[in-house]
Parts: sequence; C-alpha cells; structure tokens
Amino acid sequence: MTDTTAGRPAKKSGSEVGRRNWRLTILSWFRELTLVPVIVVLMIAGAIVNPVFFTTSNLINVAEGGAALGMVVVAESLILLTGKFDISLQGTFGLAPLLGAWLIAPKASEGLGTQWNPWVGLLVVLAVGLIVGTFNGFLVIKANFNAFIFTLAMSILLTGLQLGWLGGQTIYDLPAAFIYIGSESWFGIPVSVWITVATFAVAAAFLRYHRVGRAMYAIGGSLEAARAAGIKVDRIRIGVFMVASVLAAVGGLMQAGRVTAVTAGQGSNLIFGVFAAAVIGGISLEGGRGRMVGALTGVILLSLVTNILTLSSISSTWIDAVDGAIILIALGLARIIGTEHV
Amino acid sequence: MQVHSSAGPANDQPVPVGEAEGVSKTFGETRALIDVSLNVLSGECHGLVGRNGAGKSTLVTLLTGLARPDRGTIRLSAQAAPSLADRGAWLAKVACVYQKSMVVPPLTVAENVFLNRPTNGERSPVVNWRRMRERAHDVMLEWGFDIDVDQEAGRLTVEQRQIVEIARALSIGARFLILDEPTASLEKAAVERLFDRVRRLREGGVGILYISHHLEEIYEICDRVSVLRDGELVLSGQVAKVSQENLVAAMIGNAPPRSASEIDAVDEVGALGERRLQVSHLSVRSRSGSVDDVSLEVRAGECLGLLGLEGSGSSTVADAVVGLIKPAAGTISINGKVVPPGKVDAVLRLGVGYVPQDRHARGFAPQLGVGENITLSVLDRISRNVLGVVSSEARDRIAEEQASKLQIVARSLDQPVASLSGGNQQKVVVGRALAPNPSVLVVVNPTVGVDVASKEALLDAVGQARTAGMAVLLVSDDFEDLRICTRLQVMVRGKTAGEFERPPWDRQRLIAAVEGLQPAGVDQG
Repeated sequence: MTDTTAGRPAKKSGSEVGRRNWRLTILSWFRELTLVPVIVVLMIAGAIVNPVFFTTSNLINVAEGGAALGMVVVAESLILLTGKFDISLQGTFGLAPLLGAWLIAPKASEGLGTQWNPWVGLLVVLAVGLIVGTFNGFLVIKANFNAFIFTLAMSILLTGLQLGWLGGQTIYDLPAAFIYIGSESWFGIPVSVWITVATFAVAAAFLRYHRVGRAMYAIGGSLEAARAAGIKVDRIRIGVFMVASVLAAVGGLMQAGRVTAVTAGQGSNLIFGVFAAAVIGGISLEGGRGRMVGALTGVILLSLVTNILTLSSISSTWIDAVDGAIILIALGLARIIGTEHV
Repeated sequence: MQVHSSAGPANDQPVPVGEAEGVSKTFGETRALIDVSLNVLSGECHGLVGRNGAGKSTLVTLLTGLARPDRGTIRLSAQAAPSLADRGAWLAKVACVYQKSMVVPPLTVAENVFLNRPTNGERSPVVNWRRMRERAHDVMLEWGFDIDVDQEAGRLTVEQRQIVEIARALSIGARFLILDEPTASLEKAAVERLFDRVRRLREGGVGILYISHHLEEIYEICDRVSVLRDGELVLSGQVAKVSQENLVAAMIGNAPPRSASEIDAVDEVGALGERRLQVSHLSVRSRSGSVDDVSLEVRAGECLGLLGLEGSGSSTVADAVVGLIKPAAGTISINGKVVPPGKVDAVLRLGVGYVPQDRHARGFAPQLGVGENITLSVLDRISRNVLGVVSSEARDRIAEEQASKLQIVARSLDQPVASLSGGNQQKVVVGRALAPNPSVLVVVNPTVGVDVASKEALLDAVGQARTAGMAVLLVSDDFEDLRICTRLQVMVRGKTAGEFERPPWDRQRLIAAVEGLQPAGVDQG
C-alpha cells in the first residue's frame, strides 16, 4: 500500500514510476483517512463528557461492541464493492447463532435438548451463513432478482424465523466453546476484537494484492469491461455473497458470546449501522470504490458515538436522534472531502 | 506470459494477423453477412466502410470471437480461431476498441492495462503492484503513449481511455487491432494524435482494421479499403487506386428503390413566414458530439433538415435548442425571445415541441395510456378549472385528434404505451409534441427502429404540420427522413459543412458531404 520503490535503487523507468506515484498515494490515503480527525474530536468530546471514557475497560468495551458490527461491515463492504448489497446479513447475524445454540443448549434453557457437541453447533452456525449466502447469491446474480427487494424479503423471513422459533424467549446457558470468541480475551483484549481486526487486515490485503480482489473492484467499476477482460464475473459475485454471509454469521456468534445468550431480537436493525459505517468510511454504494481502512474508521466512529451517547447525560430516548444526526454530518463531511479529488 | 517488452518491428514480410474467409452470418430473417472474405496484414491499416446496417459490426463480432460465423472461417495470426469459450486466447490475438469505453473507472491506468492478468508470475494470484506499474509504464514508453499509469482511469479523457485500451491489447500480445469509429468523439487535435499513433502501431507491425464513417480519414491513414453493403463485400483494394466517387458509389450501391439518385422531396415549399427559431454562433461541449460555432434559422412553414452522422454534433444542437444542455457560447432565440440556457420547461413554454432521440428514455411514460401520454404536454389546457382536475373529455378530444392524424393503432386510448409496437410508440411521442400546436417543432431521428408504414405516417404528420405553418427542425442521419425537408444543413465534426437550398438534392453529393468529403459543387454555407 505504501510506495515500495521509493528509497530503493530501482531501474530507471521504475524509479520514475515510483516518484510519480507518491503524490497519488498520499492523496488516496488522505481520502481514506477523512474520518480520523472526526474520531479525534469525538474522543476529546468523550473525555469531556465523562471521565470514565478514557479508562481501559471502557475502551475495550467500545472495541468489543464494534467487533461484531465490524464483521458485518467487512461482509457488506465486500458485496458493495462488487456493485450489489445484501440487507439480509442482519438476519443471518441473528438466525445462524440461534440455530447453532438451539441444537446444543439443554431443554431447560430453551434449547432443543439434543445437546450436540458445541463444535457441531459452531459448524451449524457457519453452514447457515453459507447456505443463506449461496441462496442469495444465486438468486440475485443468476436469476437476476433485484438485490434490494430480494434481500429485504429474505431479511424479514430470517428475522421472522428467529422470532417464531424462540417464541420471544432467549437461549442461554451456552457451552464455553460456543461463546469462546465472544467472551474470552487474549493478552487483555477480547478474542472478538482480534478476529475482527484480523478479518479487516486479511480482507484489505486480499482486495489489494489478490487477483480476485482486484477483479472485484473491476466488476463494481464496470461490469461490462470486467466481463470483456475475461473475468468470471458471476462466479466471483456469488462467491462474495457466500463469504459475506459466513462473516455475518461469525459476527452473530461474537454477539451471542458477548451476552452469553441468543435473543429473539439479535441483529434487528443492525443493517442500518452497517451501511452507515461502510458508506461514511468511503465504500461507494455504486460499487468499485472504497477500502477496508476506510470502512474500519467508519466502524470505530459509530462505536464511539454509541458509547459516548451512553456515557453522556442525554436521555436514552434521544440517543437515536443524535446518532442519526451524527451519521448525517459524517456523511456530509465524507462527501465534501471525497468528491474534492474525484 | 512475459509481456513482449521488445515488440520490435518485425515487418519485413507482412503476414495476415486477422482473416475472414467466406464468412456468412444470419440473424433470424436478416442476412447480416454474405460470403465475406477480408484480411488484415501486419503493418497495415485496413479501412472498413459501409452505411449503417451494412454488416460492419457483425464482422467485428466474428473477428473478435463474440459470435461464430454460420459458414466460413476466421483465422488469427494464420491459425484457426480459438473456441468462443476461450476468451483469453482471443484477447491474446485481437482487440477491438469500441466507441463505448471499456476501461474500469475506479482503477488506475496500470490496473486497467493488466486487468485480469497475472503480474507476479504465471500461476501466482498475487498482484505485484510494483511490477505491474513498471510494466504498464514500459508499454506506454515503448509505444510512445504519454499517460501517467498511476492515474485513476475515471479521470481520463476519451482519447486517453482509447490509449489505455490499445495499450492493454498490445501488452497482452495482440497484434490485430480493430478501431471502431475511433474519431467519433475526438476533437481535431486529438484526431491528429490518433493518426500519429496509428502510424506508429503500423510501423511496429500491428495490423489495424479501421472502421469509420469519415471517408477522408480512410484516405489519410489507410493502405487498403473494403466496402460492405447489405452484408456483402462490394469493393476492396488499395486506397490509392480507389477514387472517392467509386467509394461512395460502392457504399450506396444501385439506385435505391424509391427513386433514381435524387431524394424524394416536397414539391412546393410554399411561402415562408416569420423567423421562428434562430441559433447563432452556437458552441457546445459534449461527449456525444461537440458543436463549434454553428448558426441556423428556421422560418414558419419551413422544415430544416440538420444532417450529420453520430458524433457530428447535430443532435447536440437539438439538445441545446430545447435546453437539455447548456451552450458554451452563442444564443438561441425562439420567436425573437432569447431562451434561458439549460431550462427545458421554460423553452417548451416558449412554444417548442420536442421529439427526443431516445424515445424509451425521454419519450413516454410506459405504464400510462396512449391518451394520457399524448396530453402530458397540455395538462394545463385540459384542466382549466379551479381545482386543477383533469377533464377526461378534453383529454380524449385532443388525444383522439392526434391519434387519428398519426394513425395510431391501439385497442383504446387507455392502452399502456409500453404494450404498443415501436412505430406506434413513436407516433405517441410525436403526437405529444404536436398536441400543444407548438410554433417550433424539434424532431431528432424520428424514424429509428420504426416499421415502414409507421415511418410514412410519422413523416406525413410532421410534413403536414409544416405545411400548416409550423417551423420544423429535423435532425437525422437517415436520408429517407429528408423527403419532408425544404432545406438542408450538413454537419461534420461539430461544424457546418454545407448547406443545400431547395430540393431536389443529389444523394451522392449529400453522402459525400455527410461523410466529410468535399467534392466540388456543394453550396458552401
């Protein structure tokens, strides 16, 4: 991502290429990091609002809250880059851990009573993600259903299943292996945060340095041109839907582990925050533009806002309104700085 | 696949880089190509000309592996063509630069050049940015293209995008390039630079199939020229040995069925009224064809045909007149009033009826009925009451009048326009433009994709409106449309290239003017 030829003896044409690239590299980084000043301002605001803000436990709390959201943001960003989107990721976020938990929890804590091995439960979680993603991918890409209405309907269906299945109850008393990634810590930092950060890093590297990653940008940038260049556009787009749903399922698992239960409402309304984080982070809804770094700053920003509002003395009934206003301001800011150079 | 970083000119012995031998292709009832044989040699620029529908694009799809010929064979670099499924093999041999850009805007130039190709060894899926940029840079250097490879492709000009596509093809190793109307949206200086590039490619041993409507370009840049007409190859030879007259004659062919060489035209022009539309020194910058200092006027009872190929700027003039696009310079006035630039509603209120080029995008509301569509332009007139409620009687009266005048075939006035045939849809669009009885009617390519009977009805209706005293500006590239015109103005590359007073007009001279040739005897404007 940084300039690899600078400061290194390279052949003549190479060094010339490298030198020219500096200006554009800095420019594109500048565009990605638009939100950093906003985040700094928010942190100062947080410190003023409540001294608790800058404690380790609170910051870890912010990170943990952002981890589950972050997984879904990575998932949605991948789909957005290829020029589509998936609203039902929030349904997968809720339903996948629910099915896994249901099969392994004892009857007394709202499980089925089969009490399968927790590892099987984890596999079920991933499998649900894979199945939903494959289904969405084929119907949106191959059968050419409109992504908005199809995944919206799918989302309603999944959330409905989740509610109906549990009858409004909560599955609790989950085995340690199942809630591990949502409840344990490594070196004082929650496992979920490690996993999400690693996912962002892998996704970023893949998008930047893998042929398929670049092909995703090409598909989102111009489907016809990508097809004409021999890129297998349908296969890649369906694959992205599948990967994204699996990531959303893992995000759901983190959430379940964090609260050591699966509620009937897990995941509802999550998708709005997901889109907001991706878009203010510079992922274009039109496809083909944006980077994981930007999406990550979007996640950080939203998590901070939620945390600061909770810590502040603002009445809880007003939190949503303030949340919405801040997202709008961030969008405006991203737009101003983003379009200036495009 | 190490890129040919030294594509040294190996043009001692020209070899065919692309060949079609006896190819035929039929689409349904249409015989698009009939037994066509043509080859392009390395180091050669081979011109391909023909009127619209002559089969040029079909030949391109066969040569680039997007379709298979029904009969005959395609060979690339003297080898049998790969199977259609193997896109990679085709891309390594031949590339076509279409008018429609095939670059991916958000990616850099270097990425576009290496789109979907390994940059870190044949099998590695890793993208090696440094190598990719260096190699893209080398390709640019080698062929003398001056483009920063780190730039985002979306910020490039049309000319630069063409270069990126050419560089992509060359770096894959293709030595057979098809340029489809490459100058259509280029300015004069850019055209010169393109010619330099074509010469350099030729010297480098690349074979080019050059498709253009502008015949003077063929004479300037091509070695050989082939002419397609109605799917057949009617002429092929050294450019130096083909005279312009013969070339144009080959394109037009024998006398068209309607008349000999003259275009059918209105018999009597009638008395002209006051000046209704005046365009003076109009200049517009537009992707779809810029306009450079064009003036024209249309009087009541007159139909001015503005004739030009796609990209010549003729339709841009119409867009500017109705306010769809803001001019860079010049004024447009209607009935003596200067129109506010870029405000369609204000222009239409000054008394302009408008039949847009693309009826699907701008022409009608597909779910609404025939009657509602026709009266969209006169909603104020059919809802003259305090509440603004539309009177269905008034609506039906106006709609019926237009429907019968244009011979619209529909089950009822309520039938949704989307379910009508193309010809009848277009009649609805024309009916809507005529309904308010405008003083100026602007019509752009009214008969594209319309059956013969509808075509006659449409032209008759516009012709009658003119006889009744309307001022009509008809923008078209179809000579059949010109029979209702009383005067012609020809545009080439954004400029007025000739004016023709009073019919009858000679078809051959008109074509020569439209295609950018300038044979003696054209009345210069």
